[in-house]
Amino acid sequence: MTATTVSDAAASPHRYLAGKTRWRPVEVLFWLATLLPFWLVPDYLSLASQIAISALFALSLDLILGYAGIVSIGHAAFFGLGAYTAGIISKYGFGQPLVGLVAGAAVAAVFGYLTSFIIARFRGLALIMITLGIGLLLAQAANSLGWLTGGNDGLQGIRIKPLLGYFDFDLYGYTAYSYALAVLFLLFLVARRLTGSPFGLALRGIRENAVRMPAIGASSPSHVRKIYTIAAAFAGVAGALLTETTSTVALDTLGFERSADVLVMLILGGTGRLYGGLVGAIVYMVARDQLSGLDPRYWYFWIGLLLVAVVLFLPNGILGGLARLVPAGWSRR
Amino acid sequence: MIGVLFDGFAYGMLLFLLSVGLSVTLGMMNFVNLAHGSFAMLGGYVTVTLVNHFGWPFLATLPISFLVAGLASVVFERLIFQRLYRRSDLDQVMLTIGIVFISVAGAAYVFGTMQQPVPMPPRLDGAVVLGDLRFPYYRIFLIATGLVVAALLIVLLEYTRFGARIRAAVDNQRMARGLGIDVSLVFAASFALGSGLAGLGGSLAIEMVGLDPSFALTYLIYVLIVVAMGGLGSIMGSFAAAVLIGVTDMAGKYYVPQLGSFLIYLVMLALLMWRPIGIFGKRAA
Repeated sequence: MTATTVSDAAASPHRYLAGKTRWRPVEVLFWLATLLPFWLVPDYLSLASQIAISALFALSLDLILGYAGIVSIGHAAFFGLGAYTAGIISKYGFGQPLVGLVAGAAVAAVFGYLTSFIIARFRGLALIMITLGIGLLLAQAANSLGWLTGGNDGLQGIRIKPLLGYFDFDLYGYTAYSYALAVLFLLFLVARRLTGSPFGLALRGIRENAVRMPAIGASSPSHVRKIYTIAAAFAGVAGALLTETTSTVALDTLGFERSADVLVMLILGGTGRLYGGLVGAIVYMVARDQLSGLDPRYWYFWIGLLLVAVVLFLPNGILGGLARLVPAGWSRR
Repeated sequence: MIGVLFDGFAYGMLLFLLSVGLSVTLGMMNFVNLAHGSFAMLGGYVTVTLVNHFGWPFLATLPISFLVAGLASVVFERLIFQRLYRRSDLDQVMLTIGIVFISVAGAAYVFGTMQQPVPMPPRLDGAVVLGDLRFPYYRIFLIATGLVVAALLIVLLEYTRFGARIRAAVDNQRMARGLGIDVSLVFAASFALGSGLAGLGGSLAIEMVGLDPSFALTYLIYVLIVVAMGGLGSIMGSFAAAVLIGVTDMAGKYYVPQLGSFLIYLVMLALLMWRPIGIFGKRAA
């Protein structure tokens, strides 16, 4: 299998990439299925919008972790930046949701670009600790800057205007889910285009062997910086979406637990396959909704058990496990 | 100033006990064991149970918590962790954080989410008073324990055959195997020793920082900071990093409390950027 793909790729890289990125029937079905909640479970549309937001956040982590091999346990830094940016500018009259998204993405991207210079220099344990440190630092800063962020009480006075000047964010979550789903789909298309491009291929090369890539002419630090900035912008959009659909921002958007949660979703679904984050987010959020009904205090027990089981028995996540069951023509790899 | 240094040093000794085992095992097998904090928590709860339910004196529970944490860790190592030595960092991180989550929920289920107080023996309850300064006996005891453990570990590692095997396995695992050292056995033994020390640290932590189910997660972050800063497999490195973090944290909380833990994260980031492999580290993970 590996030998044939490598020789195919060498013979005609463009055809190889085009073949990899062709739309498959399963994908079309998946996206059509995301519309089902409108009819099947209209009472759960706010949960569905939360899932779409988490899916976008997981997708952004997949871009750096699954494709470039950067293990980050502080990714909530960008999510929180986006969330606070959208919330703070809405206090000063810029409450149009699309403006919030762009602003959240921009602030997160700038911070991502600045920190990417640090990220690109390290690998291994030092990298994990640095991503953790930056995340904790930002959470602590938001806590200390009470005049800007509201500190422990959360941000007060958020005013989100109707979407496109017309659609109000209703109690049932019709607007929230439609909006979050549309943004997720558009950014998914961007991510799909990116990962199917030669740039995406170079990233996978870096993931597999960071030392060899410069030797064949693809400088890894500059690629890492690019994808890290893009992923930061995606996470910023996800954070801004959360602010706009719930009209609240609190310190937990920056917290370590959010970084850990998104990592769990991604691992659960499977890294490095775009849909991994989406499937993981669906399974994780639905499970949390159901299980915390039983007893919210022990929710983390089930998460822990799930993690242990996935690592021991499903090393490539749910999608990796499925891919082994489905005939080769259907699977993504 | 002296008071802050003293408290910081005592706190540093606690962090040293909690983290030195992880440093050695991470250095040897490159196994990222985030469940290390869970073994420390286990030690703490052993002490709580023995003192509060069976009326043992506090000091007598310390060797027991060392043993229980060490034995429990070796069971996990043989049954689960061993399968993951050849897998990626990420898989190891996810599996062991899963164990942390399970242990946190388990501790909450068995002991409740409240802080667990433990009465101190009268001999450790007072303080030496010098002018304005108070030096609680307990913290003096903590510092003494930390120093004794550090000295014993250095003797063990530098002057015994077992220590030579550990050092060989940390420096070059494949070469050590080639020389006929049973690395897997040496690893299991040092894993047990390190987790046992963490368990001891967990017991000693109750009086100073308290014990509740979130202990495993809260102190995990401190432990990782100490390990990353100290350098893998280095006892002196862990010691230096633990003291540095202990004093920085205490000074930060004393002089600029509004910054919270900001300072230690900043110190860690600065140090890692300057030396990614830690103060005394020889190589990266």
